[in-house]
Order: sequence, then structure tokens, then C-alpha cells
Amino acid sequence: MTELGATAGAGADETGPPLIAMHGITKVFGSLVANDHIDLAIRAGEIHALLGENGAGKSTLVKILYGLLEPTEGEIRWRGEPVRLAGPQEARSLGIGMVFQHFSLFENLTVAENIAAAMPPDLSLAEVAAKARDVSGQYGLSVDLDRPVWTLSAGERQRIEIIRCLLQDPRLIVLDEPTSVLTPQEADRLFVTLERLAASGCAILYISHRLEEVRRLCSSATILRAGRVVATIDPRAVSAREIAGLMVGTALHDVVAGRGAAEGAPRLVVRGLSLASEKAHGQALRDIELAVRAGEVLGIAGVAGNGQGELFAALSGERLAHGPDVVAIDGKPVGHLGVTERRRLGAAFVPEERLGHGAVPDHRLAENTLLSRHGTGGLVSRGFVLADATRALATRIIETFDVRKEGADPRARTLSGGNLQKFVVGREILREPGVLVVNQPTWGVDAGAAALIRQALVDLARSGSAVLIISQDLDELFEMADRIAVIHAGELSAPEATGDLTRETVGLLMTGAAAPKGTVHAH
Amino acid sequence: MSIVEAILLTIVTASTPLLIAALGELVTERSGVLNLGVEGMMAMGAACGFAGAILFDSTLLGVLCGILAGGLTAALFAFAVLGLAANQVASGLALTIFGLGLSGLIGAPFIGARRDPITHLHIPGLTDLPLVGRLFFGQDAFVYASLLLCLGVGWFLFRTRKGLLLRAVGENQTSAHSLGLPVLRVRLLAILFGGACAGLAGAYLSLVYTRFWSPGMTSGRGWIAVALVVFAAWRPDWALFGAYLFGAATVLQLHAQAAAIGIPSQALSALPYLATIVALVVLSLGRRRDTGAPGSLGAPFVPDR
Repeated sequence: MTELGATAGAGADETGPPLIAMHGITKVFGSLVANDHIDLAIRAGEIHALLGENGAGKSTLVKILYGLLEPTEGEIRWRGEPVRLAGPQEARSLGIGMVFQHFSLFENLTVAENIAAAMPPDLSLAEVAAKARDVSGQYGLSVDLDRPVWTLSAGERQRIEIIRCLLQDPRLIVLDEPTSVLTPQEADRLFVTLERLAASGCAILYISHRLEEVRRLCSSATILRAGRVVATIDPRAVSAREIAGLMVGTALHDVVAGRGAAEGAPRLVVRGLSLASEKAHGQALRDIELAVRAGEVLGIAGVAGNGQGELFAALSGERLAHGPDVVAIDGKPVGHLGVTERRRLGAAFVPEERLGHGAVPDHRLAENTLLSRHGTGGLVSRGFVLADATRALATRIIETFDVRKEGADPRARTLSGGNLQKFVVGREILREPGVLVVNQPTWGVDAGAAALIRQALVDLARSGSAVLIISQDLDELFEMADRIAVIHAGELSAPEATGDLTRETVGLLMTGAAAPKGTVHAH
Repeated sequence: MSIVEAILLTIVTASTPLLIAALGELVTERSGVLNLGVEGMMAMGAACGFAGAILFDSTLLGVLCGILAGGLTAALFAFAVLGLAANQVASGLALTIFGLGLSGLIGAPFIGARRDPITHLHIPGLTDLPLVGRLFFGQDAFVYASLLLCLGVGWFLFRTRKGLLLRAVGENQTSAHSLGLPVLRVRLLAILFGGACAGLAGAYLSLVYTRFWSPGMTSGRGWIAVALVVFAAWRPDWALFGAYLFGAATVLQLHAQAAAIGIPSQALSALPYLATIVALVVLSLGRRRDTGAPGSLGAPFVPDR
């Protein structure tokens, strides 16, 4: 760290060659140009943002930077010297560390084992643990080294990744969407750590789609669109709206919410829903109460893994409740009914996972239309599929929701995340369901598609349907929801009008700091 | 020698090949590869081991031939599932059919040949103890080797950095790759180890257990070894327990048949398999949610560059 010592505490080093410079980086996958002559330079002590829509080429660029992919063309210079990164080991030995978006952790191994997996093999487990303890103390990143990873929260998991990264004494740390799984409070803690690292001379490449964060944390930003650099800016000097415009290429429209009727009749009612988890590391639901009224959007916030998936399964009928009266749609008890029966009563469901749950990856869009509409779409006659009607309905969804695709009826897996999500959401909304339950409607979806989906959901509610949105994205909920409840450790807080809530109060509920429903907990 | 002592001794002999083959498969599966070809590799080990022992007139060289044959058969499997990213289940099944067929060809000239019994440990005083003497101090070298192997595999998997590497690769291949761990190399070595163990188990069958070779003599033991790994929840200590439980069931049903206790022999023959199913059900009731299976088990791995 001798070279960095000179700049410690002084922020970005403005003299000499940048720490890392990528010149004319191009990566071609078959006929797709993922990166098209990208230039990117980062200086020591700088927090540099990499911005772009999904599919703009951010992940590809980062993988090249970490040696996971080889560029088709272009040059990488480290402190002015050309280098070839043949693998993550080489990137690490230069001093490049990476904190992955989908954590690269091993669920069934302990924290110490997870850290050791990335360390040089000549160190014993005990030595690794001792070093990890040093670093976690130094940066205030507390974590229990002996616990298996599956018992940890997303924030704790990220801390492991950061500790693992810091142990390699990095000069450059890459963070891919680090706050997407964190509560606002956890994110604040992360920012303090990052600022401390930058002050000690470490360069940080910060990838995020949350522009307010970027404007708060970063001193420069490179914006990608369709594989090209469209601008390099100082994010503190430009408004979030302008940055978003650069990312998308067109001006974005805000969702027109217009608050819903406060006193519609309840269309989806849940009373005392408790459900053990089926999965190995799942979350049981405890005594959930909720009612969604006609014309209303009810949002459920929460950190991933607090029972959202289980709640969705119980509402959709993928898992049955312990009694018919526990779930009611338009006053009819449905707790004992399966998915198709609930659909026939006017409900519709959009699960979190697009590929594999919302759609069959290798099936064509028309076949995927049949998947959720066979009971309600007039697509089946006496056990036979009406192919023409199915294709016509698929086409109507594709046109109404601006689903962009290649070919007449492509397989679901060939669509981009945003376009497939538009299709999956559109498939349900076109039915004009009386009750719609959506889990993470815009997760991993680009801003343009997200805006379209959100508007469609709000419009559906305004037409008299009851819409329940489960989301980890607080901004999204504050934009759309009339009331917000928080799910934490399988319990749901009482919903409150969005206007009466702040992000801080919701954030506290998400951490379980405030007891839901005023009940006393034995924590 | 009392009847009880004789039964206990045969149980050990019947259990040893199961334990060795199961430990090999356990290591392979811990690295994330499901090799259903154990039966085929074992058959190759039995035939080549026996052929080698006759040709070189040496049990030791025969055993080495068996290990080598198992390893080479496994290398074929590794080429298919690692090199070509072929489906592991289909490749494993094909390997079993291939191994059974080729071993028949290799072993054919040696039908009718016999090997002498191999020497057993003898410690004066200890081995002569009544009942337990021969059981604990009078076994052949393979029995002790298999127990050491069990300890060694457990120590390797849970106490060494290399073992951690192997478990990490099996647990989550994507994470392992993004950390720069050599996924394919680890799996290749694990597959070869599994093959060598299956070959050794096969050689034990033809050189020690029966001391002659006949076609199809593995008679499903490779499959039992595969089942044992699941039964043992991918833990070597439970594999030891499982192998001896199954070995005991096999031997006891033979004695029950001999004693003519009035149960049809077919039902008795099915007993070991029934015991396995019952044990699996009981075990999975106990741990309903977490089976302990490696997270990436059976998934082909293709790194993109």
C-alpha cells in the first residue's frame, strides 16, 4: 500500500496514469455486440459509477474487468501498463476485488469456509478466520464466522463478500448493485464503509440503477447504453432525471398514480394465515391479516427472504391454507382451492421468477399464454387447445404491452428480462382480473419497461380491481401504492396510507426494529 | 468357530466392497457430479483385477489393475460429462452398460480359474481371542484399508483446504467459478478417485470375496453404493454405518434362507433392498427439509469465455 499512502485521505489522485484504464473494449457473443469500444478510466481513491439499463453491457464489462470473460478486442492498462486478465486469480493478484450482485456464496458452508474458499490455499482455516476477524474489526463489519451462510440476512451476506474482498488487500473494488437487497439502514452502513475505503486510497467501481445513491456517493459516472458509452459525467452536477434520460435514450414519464378510492369493497381478504415453510431455508408465515379493496394498490415491502415467496404461494393457491376462510376472493372462501379455481373466480397472479415460474423458458409465447389462461381465456375446448385463439391472444398481449422480440413466436428464454416481464404481467392484466397479486413486478427490469408495467398496474386498480404488490423496491412502492405494509420474519405489519409513511419508518419495519401490530416479541 | 462369529466375519467381507465404492461415489458427488456408472466401473475392476492377478500371478498387481481399470472407465465418463458437458444421468447409465459388457469380454478367458485365499492379519494372542479376535484382529488388508479410507475421506473433506475446495465446487459451481476456483479440474480428479475406488471394490469382489470371476458378478452392488451415498447424506461416517447395515442384511437373509424359516426365499432376497428403502424413508422423515445434497449435483458446467 506504499504508493497509495501518498493519496490516503486526499480523495481521488489527479496525477499520473489512472489506476485502471480500459480502452476500446469490445465483446461479441455470436451476433450480439455486448460491449462496443468502451473506454473507462478509474483513479485511486475515486468512487466511480457505472450506469445503464439492463442489457446495456454493464455485467459484461465488469466480467471482463474481473477476468471472467476475455474481450474480443481492446486493451486494459493497470497503472499505465498493459495487462491481460486470464482469470479471476490474476485480477485478484493485481488488486481487483469484486462484490457480486447475486452473492457468490456457498449456502451450506460456514462464513469462515466461504471466506477461505477465495483465499490462497497455503493458509489454514484458522489463519483465514484470524485475518477475517482483523478486517471485520477494522471496518466495523460484524459477522459470526461459524454460522452457515443460509442462516444469514442479505446484509450479513454482503458483509462476508466485502470482508472476503478486503482480505485480498484490493486497490479496486467492484460492487454490482450492492444495495438492491439491503434495507435503507444497511445501505447507509455500506456507504460509510465505502467512503472510508475510498479515503484510504482504494478505487471503487459502483454499479447501480438507484440514481439518488449514485449522486450521493460517486464523483464520476460512466453511462452505457446498448453496449456503448454515451456519456461520462459528474453525477453530483446533473439531476437524476437527466441521468435516467441518458440511460434510456428518451425522456421518462412518471407513473400517474392518482390516489385510489379509499372506501371500495374488500376484494382480497386474508385472515389469520399461518403456514410452515416447505423449503429447506424458507420462512414460515405467522398470522397474516390483510384486505385489499377495490380500486386500491396495496404494497408489501420487505427484505428478500422474509416470507414474500411463501405469502405469494398462499395467495395464489400454489399452497393451500389450513382452512377455506383464511383466504377470500370477493367474499368467497378460497383457502382450500387451487390456482385454477382461484383464477376462475377472477384472480390473477404474477410470480417473482419470470423464467421457470411465470413462463416456461423453452416454450413459445403462445404456449406460455396457455399456461395461465387455460382455465379462463376460452383457449381450450373439450380438452383440446384452440391453437388459433391461443396465438391471437398472445399477439394481443404482445401488441398491447409493446413486447419486443425476434421472430413471430419466439421461445420465452430468448426475450430480454424487461420484455418477458411485460409479457407475463400483460398476460394477466389483459384479463382485467378483479384481484391481481404481483411479486416483484419490476425486479431486474429496465426503466422503460418498469414504467410501463407500473402504469398498467395502477390503471388496473383505478378500473376497480384490487392490486397487491410485493416488492423489495421501496421507491416503486412509494410511487404506486395507496397503502404499504411490511413483511418481516413471516409477520405482516398493519398497512398504513403511503402519505403517512416515510422511507425511514418503512426501513425500520423492514429490519424488524419496530414490532408489527404492536405485539410484543421475544427477540 | 461359532456360527455367530462366522456370520460376523461374512458381514465384514460383504460390507467392505460396498463401503469402498460408496466412498468413491461420495467424493465424486461432493464435487457436484452424479456418476451412475459405479456398477460398470466395479465390473471392470472385478474383471481386470482378476485377469491381472492371474497373468502376473500377484494379488497386489491384480488389485492395481482393478484400480486402473476403474479409473480409466471413469476417465471416459469424465470426458463425456466434463469435456462435452453431456447429461450426467445418461452418461452414467451408458457407462454401466458399457462396463458390464466390456468386462464380460475381458473376463471370459478366465472363467473357471481360481485364486487362493489372501493372507489375513494374525497377531498372536489378540487374534486368538474368542468371538472378537478374528473379527477385529484377523481381517485381510482391504478391510483395514477401507476403514482408513473412510477416515481419510472424512478428514480430507472437512479438515483440509483442498476438501473445502471440492465441497465449494459441488455446492455452487457458479460461485466457485466466479471466485476463480478450477471447477472442471476438481471434478476430473473427483471422478477419477470415484472410478479408482469402484475398481478397487470390484477387484476385492473377484480376488477376495468369491476368488473366481463370473459375468455380472457385481450383481447390483454398484447401484447399492450409489444409493448408500444418498442414504449417508453425503457423509463418510454414515456411509460406513450404511455399508455395514446393508452388508448385514445381505448376509442375514442368506442365513435365514438356509435355516428354512418358512418365508419364501424371494422375499428374503428382497430384504436388503427393503431395508434400504425403510432406512431412507426413516432418515428423510427425520431431516425432511435438508437432505444434505450438494447444491450443484448433476448440473453440467460450461464456463463462458
